[in-house]
Amino acid sequence: MVTGARVATVALVAALVAAPAFLPPFYVYLLALILVMGLLATSLNLVLGYGGLYQFHHAVFYGIGAYVLAIGITRLGWPAWWGFLVGPVAAALAGFVIGFFCVRLVRLYFGMLQLSLGSFVWIVALRWYPVTGGDNGIHGIPLPPNLLGLQNAYYTILAVVGGCLVVLWAIVRSPFGLLLQAIRDNPQRCQVVGVDVRAHQLAAIVIAAFFAGIAGVLYVVLERSVFPNMLFWVLSLEILVMCLLGGWFTFPGPLVGAALIVTLRTLVGRHTEYWTLVLGVLLIFLIFFMPEGVVGSIGEWLARQRPQPLKRPVPARDTHG
Amino acid sequence: MDPSAVLGQLLVGLSRAMILFIVSAGLSLVLGVLRVPNIFHGSLYMIGAFVAWTVAEVLRDRAAGLWVALLVAPAITATVGLVVERTLLSRLYHREHLMLILFTFGVMLILNDLVKLAWGPTYRSLVPPPELQGSTLVLGVALPRFHLVLFVAGPVVAAALWWFAHRTRVGKIARAAAVDREMVAVLGIDVSRVFALAFVVGCFLAGLGGALVAPTTSITLGMDHALLIESFLIVIIGGLGNLWGALAGSLLFGVTQSVGLLIWPQFAVAFPYALTVAILLVRPAGLLRSVW
Repeated sequence: MVTGARVATVALVAALVAAPAFLPPFYVYLLALILVMGLLATSLNLVLGYGGLYQFHHAVFYGIGAYVLAIGITRLGWPAWWGFLVGPVAAALAGFVIGFFCVRLVRLYFGMLQLSLGSFVWIVALRWYPVTGGDNGIHGIPLPPNLLGLQNAYYTILAVVGGCLVVLWAIVRSPFGLLLQAIRDNPQRCQVVGVDVRAHQLAAIVIAAFFAGIAGVLYVVLERSVFPNMLFWVLSLEILVMCLLGGWFTFPGPLVGAALIVTLRTLVGRHTEYWTLVLGVLLIFLIFFMPEGVVGSIGEWLARQRPQPLKRPVPARDTHG
Repeated sequence: MDPSAVLGQLLVGLSRAMILFIVSAGLSLVLGVLRVPNIFHGSLYMIGAFVAWTVAEVLRDRAAGLWVALLVAPAITATVGLVVERTLLSRLYHREHLMLILFTFGVMLILNDLVKLAWGPTYRSLVPPPELQGSTLVLGVALPRFHLVLFVAGPVVAAALWWFAHRTRVGKIARAAAVDREMVAVLGIDVSRVFALAFVVGCFLAGLGGALVAPTTSITLGMDHALLIESFLIVIIGGLGNLWGALAGSLLFGVTQSVGLLIWPQFAVAFPYALTVAILLVRPAGLLRSVW
């Protein structure tokens, strides 16, 4: 890591730890939401940016993590800590099942099949009233007292998200993470030198699903409710936009994207109900004028003279399937 | 189980399959030629339904209202497609694939909010003209008379697409461009125009599907989501970009769903998903050959 980036990280962490002492509750809530969405977008970026997989329905794993916790506590009488453990594991399991089918296919096929299989999970959440609460979801989930209150929730989320980001950073830098990027850039060559491409992609999906599940249970800590829109495909595409906006060839990109989108949605939402119209215009603007995202553009501007640490993945307009 | 109930359910499934085919054939055409899964395809279907409703309302006293609506709605969605393609999408063809997909997502977000602005969140329903109201006995089963229109429209669209792809010059070029666009361009053909045409035809079919579904269902915001996902499943089942695959996929899909309604009504929508998984386990690239 560059020294400047290290200093910035330390300063950011210090600011986040100190924030509740200075900010009014609404902004603390907003920060907590940004952290949760940031973790979700970063976990997506592990497979999308680093793995080059068209993970079109990542929100499913986020929703599963949250729903399993909510159902465990309210319907099955689990102790809360057990739910916090099982939620992300269930998400990882779902990642394995969905990924198992998807990695047999490439690119677009992969993305469309994932969108379809994920929508199936959404339908189950929407229709299975006795268990999932149907389109109402589950509200007022009882949590242990040391998680109640905005302050406690905020610090829990900050600590867990911080820990997860360190682990994700380590994964990206590990031999596994590097191999994942190699597969993204040239799957054929990796196959030829004896790498099991599908197994690595599947492992990446399971890991990403696990962290999405953690983001899901953290959302429950913040909101104490779950609802079907948490695993609706529009949210999946929205976190994809977060990665794009921040820059998906960088590690902090998705965090920045999440911060911008969540803030913007809150601001725009105050004035109009047509938030998605604004998001659509923003997205098209980004595609045309800022395809590297905010962090990518800044990074490119900073490093125009020296080689980029993370190259853009295969531009791959796949003309041959 | 009562056999006539089963037959009736199958016929309803088949008429649903006709709508699904018309919409997913458009999606499949765009996928095959441009290789873009058009995420706003569902929005165009919804716009088609709303426009058909408006036209039918305006021409309420004329007998031909619905028929005019069936022409106007697809014409409008085709125009939307043409404008989007020529002004924006065509400038992205050289870009990464993911960007094109996200672009269509952005257009979907905009179109859906525009529909909300124009028509609002209330439910609408389109009453078919008197000659198409009531029901007819088909094989001893009472079927809503309008469904007969669907049974005619589906095969007509299939035949017209086949004729377009195999008997017209531009259709042949489009098929060639789907296989190897560089080679087609080398031959001195403006591939971009072929793309535009395929895209417009695809958008036309989305609007036609929406207009045709309008008299059979309640027209509302959100009707696009389910249909888009269903069309995705159908083209995956059938093989991306393959017209006959879309037809086979639609038929299987419609029938599976209606069988599901008989067996487990609450989760009838889940049956086609199970079918998709089963098919992909056996044939990972879909039933028929993908054009890619």
